[in-house]
Amino acid sequence: MKSSTRNPNPNPDTPRFGPSKLMLAFRFLRALTLVHRTAPNSSNAARSRRIQRAAFASMAYSAGPRRAWSRALLCRLHFHRARRRCARRSRAAGVPRRPSTTRSPADGLRRLVPGGTGMDYCSLLEETADYIRCLSEQVKLMQSIVDSVGPGGR
Amino acid sequence: MSSRRSRSRQMSSSRITDEQINDLLTKLQAVLPEAHLRSTDRVSAAKVLQDTCNYIRSLHREVDDLSERLSELLANNDINSAQAAIIRSLLR
Repeated sequence: MKSSTRNPNPNPDTPRFGPSKLMLAFRFLRALTLVHRTAPNSSNAARSRRIQRAAFASMAYSAGPRRAWSRALLCRLHFHRARRRCARRSRAAGVPRRPSTTRSPADGLRRLVPGGTGMDYCSLLEETADYIRCLSEQVKLMQSIVDSVGPGGR
Repeated sequence: MSSRRSRSRQMSSSRITDEQINDLLTKLQAVLPEAHLRSTDRVSAAKVLQDTCNYIRSLHREVDDLSERLSELLANNDINSAQAAIIRSLLR
């Protein structure tokens, strides 16, 4: 195996994948392999849901516990089923979980960013910027996997 | 890091200035697409937040879409050859 311990970014201009992005990629690849191995004959919809969860899990693990959004995502992923039961209960009680009209754009943002509802405004803005950065990296990674496996794969 | 600076400012004065918020909004706007088309003067908070929400929603949609495509590809391709192709492209 070629030694990758030398400077992984010999180019001062951003190379395609730096070390942290490689970690993200390997983590996601491992999750993909697991999805394929454990449920090879499941429906496309179920498999795509698992892949989607694996995408968010890889993102959150790569960001680690230093970010509120990644902590919130990891909590959500680990207690996914329990949260769904809670949601069903509160909806059944007839009390809407959230007001139907958005009071401000910040409210909308709080719902989109994991853990957003518990943050003050400044933290929300910081966390959102980081979340967007990591999310777009994940999208780029998935796109490059699709590109390499699709027509040019094998 | 400026984020550390703004946090310590918060702790010492415990009042968040408009300048700090504008600073954070500018940084947020910088990660949105077409950031180079926007001015770097005072940004409209509502517009930035709205654009941000739209962008996050579109990213979520892309993740869903790519997950579906990956799921189809996994079904049709042998995972080992897929892995080899992926790792080759990552290490290029």
